[in-house]
Amino acid sequence: MEIAFDQLLIQTINGIVTGMILALVASGLTLIFGIMDVVNFAHGELFMLGAYVGVIVLAATGDFWIALIAASLIIALLGAAIYLMTLRPLLGRDPLTTILATFGVSLVLQNYALWQFGPVARKIQEPVTGHFTLFYLEYPWYRLVIALLSAAIIGGLWLFLKFGTYGIWIRATTQDRVMAQAMGIPVPWVLTVVFAIGAGMAGASGVLFGPLVGVNHAMGLDWILKAFIVVVVGGMGNLAGSIAASIFISLLEAYASLWVSPAQAIIVSFVVLILTLLFRPTGLFVPTPK
Amino acid sequence: MSSHSAEPLLEVEEIHTYYGKSHILDGVSLEVGRGEVVGLLGRNGVGKSTTLKAVAGLVHPSRGAVRFEGRPITRLPAHRVARLGIGYVPEDRRIFRLLTVAENLRTGLDRHGVTAARKKDLLEKVYAYFPVLAERRSQAGGTLSGGEQQMLAIARAMMLEPKIILLDEPTEGLMPRMVSQIREIIDVLHRESVAVLLVEQNVPLTLEASQRIYILEKGVVRHHAPAAELQVNDAVIHQYLGV
Repeated sequence: MEIAFDQLLIQTINGIVTGMILALVASGLTLIFGIMDVVNFAHGELFMLGAYVGVIVLAATGDFWIALIAASLIIALLGAAIYLMTLRPLLGRDPLTTILATFGVSLVLQNYALWQFGPVARKIQEPVTGHFTLFYLEYPWYRLVIALLSAAIIGGLWLFLKFGTYGIWIRATTQDRVMAQAMGIPVPWVLTVVFAIGAGMAGASGVLFGPLVGVNHAMGLDWILKAFIVVVVGGMGNLAGSIAASIFISLLEAYASLWVSPAQAIIVSFVVLILTLLFRPTGLFVPTPK
Repeated sequence: MSSHSAEPLLEVEEIHTYYGKSHILDGVSLEVGRGEVVGLLGRNGVGKSTTLKAVAGLVHPSRGAVRFEGRPITRLPAHRVARLGIGYVPEDRRIFRLLTVAENLRTGLDRHGVTAARKKDLLEKVYAYFPVLAERRSQAGGTLSGGEQQMLAIARAMMLEPKIILLDEPTEGLMPRMVSQIREIIDVLHRESVAVLLVEQNVPLTLEASQRIYILEKGVVRHHAPAAELQVNDAVIHQYLGV
């Protein structure tokens, strides 16, 4: 089958847009894993609840941007509460206990959402409604807005980690929790804040992505699965690696869907995951360990 | 020196620690006076490092007490112990490998109540003591040589403006030239009235640098004497350390 150049370009843009949202979800996940070795199975539900908070605040205020900020803050606080109540007592135990705990939290949150909001999907009205012509397509501006906003949030996180005092505390704690304490860094507080930041980023991505799919209690599942794939492919705990892997995998899926249906294209992600685990288990986008 | 001041800077009283079922410290007691350099000698595995960790708050003794400036710190979390002015330089240095030299130093500087001017002074001071760190300030800590990492570990602890620094085998694995530099740094700390609790395998260096010596065996202090005394009479050293 002949693939036209315009189709290729459209899929490149689609891949980058999806990749940026995925990167936003995955960076929270990888930040949390990197600093406390906890795989947060409830991350997808934080994404989903962020979208619901967005629905509610949007209905109350009519302003998408207020909804976005409110959802990030509320989900960040929720994340801190989840961390303090379920994870903090388990830190340093067998990783299985934290996996089970976050899995439990994820079931509770998902069923809470089903009970509270019902099974019918809610809609978030996108703040930017226009389209522009991309070859034969009317391409929504909002998709580009999502990509840019995700990039801006990730960029902000990067600057904060690179130059901020608390960012340096977070990096030091990620590298050596014990030594960080011995340098006077309040490690228990740093861990809580990192969990809150990761949760807040998931909440923000839920609101950003809401207008594209509709909000329902199970919307976190697809994302969390993909986020796990990119976190592993990018190298567990490696922020830059996860971002690169998000875009890489989303592009691959976008190109694959030129030939097969999008539902089948997801197979590509799993193939990459399996190949990574077989041949480069430390991650694709990290330097070879010495 | 400590006998002159009313109250020692650091008091360790009968501390016991366990690792699983094995008794690591079996009632260690010692004191460090203000500005005093105290050596802690003993064979491998007698609990020297654990004693330092217990002071730093990284290991919490099951019995006994640690007091700093008269205040009990036995159960305090390590980050609060550090902020009281206890700097810890671990045996394996534990540089933040992916942080630059300057960022490693910043981990101890960014505290409440330290003005920008004070931070600058502190940095300039350590860069003057350790010019090599100034040269490499933008380099990742993990790229430094062993000796440079040791200097960074000490400089990093100095950022806390500590009243005492706990040095765990600072000369281990270093070249002779580096060893004498570490020796000089201990003297500098002493001149600045920073107390040092020094754990070392290098007995001559410890005897030279310290005012008083404790000898540890199987988790208890077996002997305690002025360093000058042990330099003259090395029978005790032979008995406990076999050197």
